[in-house]
Amino acid sequence: MEHSIYKYILRYSKKQQIILTLMSILSFPALYYYLELPKIIINQAIQADDIAFPVEYVGVEFDQTDFLYLTVGLFLLMVIVNQAFKYVINVYQGITGEQMLRRLRYELYCRILRFPLPTFKKKSAGEIIPMITGEVEPLGGFIGEAFALPIFQGGYLVVIVSFLVVQNWIMAVAAIALYPLQAYFIPILQKKVNLLGKTRVRLVRVLSDQLGESVSGVEEVHAHDGSNFMRANFSNQLDKIYVVRYRIYLLKFVIKFLNNFIQQLGPFFFYAIGGTMVINGTLEVGTLVAAIGAHKEMAAPWKELLAYYQRREDARIKYEQVVEQFEPAGMRDEDNQLIEPEEIPVLTGEFVAGNVELSDDTGNKILDGLSTRFRLDERIAVIGPAGSGREALTHVLSRLIDPDRGRLTAGKINLVTAPEAIVGRKISYVGQHGYVFNTTLGENLFFGLKHRPLHEKSYEGEEAEEREAYIKNAQITGNSADDIEADWHDYALAGVKNKEELNARALEVLEMVDLSEDVYRLGLRSTIDPKEAPETAELVLNARRRFFEKIETDPSLKNMIEAFEQDSYNTNASVAENLLFGTPVGDDFDLDRMAENKYVQKIIEEAGLTETFLKMGYQVATLMIELFADLPPDHEFFQLYGFISSDDLPEYQAMLSRIDSERLDSLKEEDRLRFMSLPFKVIPSRHRLGVLTDDIEEKIVAARHRFAEELPPHLKDSVAFFDADAYNPATNLQDNILFGKIAFGYAQAAEKIGAVLADVVQEMSLRSAIIAVGLNFAVGSAGARLNATQRQKLCIARAIIKKPDVLILNQATSSFDTATQTRLMKNILEEFEGRCLIWSLDHAEKTAGFDHVLVMRSGRVVEQGNPEKLKQGSGPFKEMLSAS
Amino acid sequence: MSLKEEVEILRQIPLFAKIDPSKIKLLAFTSERLTFQPDDLVCQQGDNGDAAYFIMAGEAEVIVDTPSGPLTVATLGKNDVVGEIAILIDVPRTATIKAKTELTTLKITKDVFFRMVTEFPEMAVELMRVLAERLVRTTDDLQKAKEMLRNES
Repeated sequence: MEHSIYKYILRYSKKQQIILTLMSILSFPALYYYLELPKIIINQAIQADDIAFPVEYVGVEFDQTDFLYLTVGLFLLMVIVNQAFKYVINVYQGITGEQMLRRLRYELYCRILRFPLPTFKKKSAGEIIPMITGEVEPLGGFIGEAFALPIFQGGYLVVIVSFLVVQNWIMAVAAIALYPLQAYFIPILQKKVNLLGKTRVRLVRVLSDQLGESVSGVEEVHAHDGSNFMRANFSNQLDKIYVVRYRIYLLKFVIKFLNNFIQQLGPFFFYAIGGTMVINGTLEVGTLVAAIGAHKEMAAPWKELLAYYQRREDARIKYEQVVEQFEPAGMRDEDNQLIEPEEIPVLTGEFVAGNVELSDDTGNKILDGLSTRFRLDERIAVIGPAGSGREALTHVLSRLIDPDRGRLTAGKINLVTAPEAIVGRKISYVGQHGYVFNTTLGENLFFGLKHRPLHEKSYEGEEAEEREAYIKNAQITGNSADDIEADWHDYALAGVKNKEELNARALEVLEMVDLSEDVYRLGLRSTIDPKEAPETAELVLNARRRFFEKIETDPSLKNMIEAFEQDSYNTNASVAENLLFGTPVGDDFDLDRMAENKYVQKIIEEAGLTETFLKMGYQVATLMIELFADLPPDHEFFQLYGFISSDDLPEYQAMLSRIDSERLDSLKEEDRLRFMSLPFKVIPSRHRLGVLTDDIEEKIVAARHRFAEELPPHLKDSVAFFDADAYNPATNLQDNILFGKIAFGYAQAAEKIGAVLADVVQEMSLRSAIIAVGLNFAVGSAGARLNATQRQKLCIARAIIKKPDVLILNQATSSFDTATQTRLMKNILEEFEGRCLIWSLDHAEKTAGFDHVLVMRSGRVVEQGNPEKLKQGSGPFKEMLSAS
Repeated sequence: MSLKEEVEILRQIPLFAKIDPSKIKLLAFTSERLTFQPDDLVCQQGDNGDAAYFIMAGEAEVIVDTPSGPLTVATLGKNDVVGEIAILIDVPRTATIKAKTELTTLKITKDVFFRMVTEFPEMAVELMRVLAERLVRTTDDLQKAKEMLRNES
């Protein structure tokens, strides 16, 4: 990358800069006349000096008034022309700047993707992120104006000065007499500011790194009461930044002071010198006024020039500081990632490593002249004590890290020079903690299949135009024009023909890594849009019918689930759910805050239930206070069982003591709402409070019907009503099948109902449909919504589904429990029979199912061969085996 | 069955007989009422116990595994308590409890029980009294058994 920002600007935006400069120059004549006209207006049109009316212009005669209008009209025209120039120049500058900023960010990002892995040991995300997001932001603004602004403002200044010279050279000299002084002192001060600016950028980067660390290491901070230390550390850093900024401010305002002072000296000279000259009659008043006007005009461009100078220095430092961070040694060649080979070869034959050496950043040799060869149709275990270079070998073989020297070939392919297109598709690697991206589970699973947009999406009409504009913008800025909407899946690589087959294969692989049950469960808890997946919705509805058939025929199960029935009260659902009889969408009918909803209040009132609810509220409150009043406020029971939080308890207590239970109809609005809110939470069979009588339940059911019938149009989308014959898009698959509430108080009800559900799924072969829904599960930031085991299994599945010729696992299953490890190892060994599997293991006895074993010690392979044979010998393998 | 009825039943259990009714109410409210279908297992011999069950309705069989197969040693009914020892000390369940008819119980978990005991010392005292009584009875039984043995020999 160019080391100077000017070189960078010229290389990528020469054309734009030339256009901007030309436009600036073209605007000068208009500018000159804009300055000249006031003089003509005052001296000739108004005062009629040196002119005899009527005058003739282009064959038309003007008397004085007409002449005034003509000149004033011209003045207005010049104003418009000037502003038009400014507008066009500003817009073009802005666009140029944004284009260059986009290019710069893109280029920096591409560089991150090419960083050698060890770089990330020294640079944290906390340092890199602000560089690309915040630090380069002002560069865009600067790049747009890099040439045009000094030329325009400088030219403007020259125009004004020359105008002044033409008027009266003495005054012109007086007006600019102090500029040289400014031009001398300001760069000196600015240089100091620049140095401080550099320090500030560095300090802020450290600050952002500290912030990142605090977030990532928050567990440690809590576990060791480290917050005071962290605070002190942070405060220390803030202080350093403060001190630097303080100094910058001092200097900046000194500069500002100097500028303003010198600028104000201008009028001083004008009034003094010009005034004297007018008195002596050597100068016309009009000229003096025009000169003062011109000088005022001068202030703006001069200020702009100085500000430009400061911005330029700022941009230069930022650019240099950012760029130097993005040039680590050993960065991969751009072509290594971009070249698409004509044919992706199959890796067959032998894997040969010759004299491979690798040192860490302290110069310590991790791989020390390692040489080995093994066949690419064998499953290889790599064992050795910690520090034997086992991990480094997997990194080098998977080409994540470049060896310092040595040979690496797979069949005929030289792996050291092979492009990522070959290495990244034919070799898979999974470390101890794979990374899961913040997208859906399926997208994560298929990440390894997305190398190129293989099946372009076709666009028509307006969309086609948008797409063309997208490509054009990307090309102008040197960005990737690949269509993110295209189908990127490399089906052939996965050994399938289309999306359906890929999904089927995904099921197999998920089964292989023991993840299908988890995905199935996630699927059950996911919602679908029945418009997008009508078949799945239909299947779910059928499953619902089948489920209830089964429940009906088994008397022992009948009581365990209470279906949602339009005309009967569900005793296992809360009053709120019973009234709404649907799933709330959005916040309007939030089940916890139903009492506050005006429409709900209206329905309750119309059903004649208001008083009943108030009474129930009163009863519940009384009971809660009786039960919980003695408990300490932080007691768990409040959270687990309370209708009233410990914070609100005293208020209810006060309310109860002042309110007469017979006079609940004349409550204050606030108290009323408090009481009203309580009964909504009551679930009769769970709470057993005995406050809901049959009569009340009947009334609530009646109100439920009314609620649905009279629902105003603006609330129509706020609730998805329960309907035995319709799919409910607001709730998950499982609740759609169960369509009811699992009864409270029945032993193992959830398990038994779960078993029936599983039966139904099995009978109707719903499992794959549900897993497909599960693949759409959004895994959250860094896969936070999955547990660590699920994340790792997903990473292993991702490495397997692309059917690599070589799968390299670096203790990828070591965080699992032994049973899971054994199961996964068996499955993966089976899958890779006849293909190459390289598995770095921590225990020698785990090598039993492998064809070949590499035993490592101090950066070398010291023994290799079939594990059964090695067992017979007395070499290092035998030693390791007996040691464990 | 409402909370009131549960409270009535709990009060008939000796352990709770002298406890303030409002505390019993809290215990009832925070405990889960659990219904077992006939032949459902309430708990299984050898499992770790984490809850005691107060029988409110129905009958349950106490079954002990013996070398010659399972043996029903007792039948429990209303107001009986199952598994109260297991919530005091960590011992595996000493017998299997199976619902004979539809069985309604109040399940009091170890956590809730202990919290009640620490929260309300009077309950701990009552508990000690009940346990002491039992100890007296057991010692008594042991004495009698010893005497019987001596007489036989």
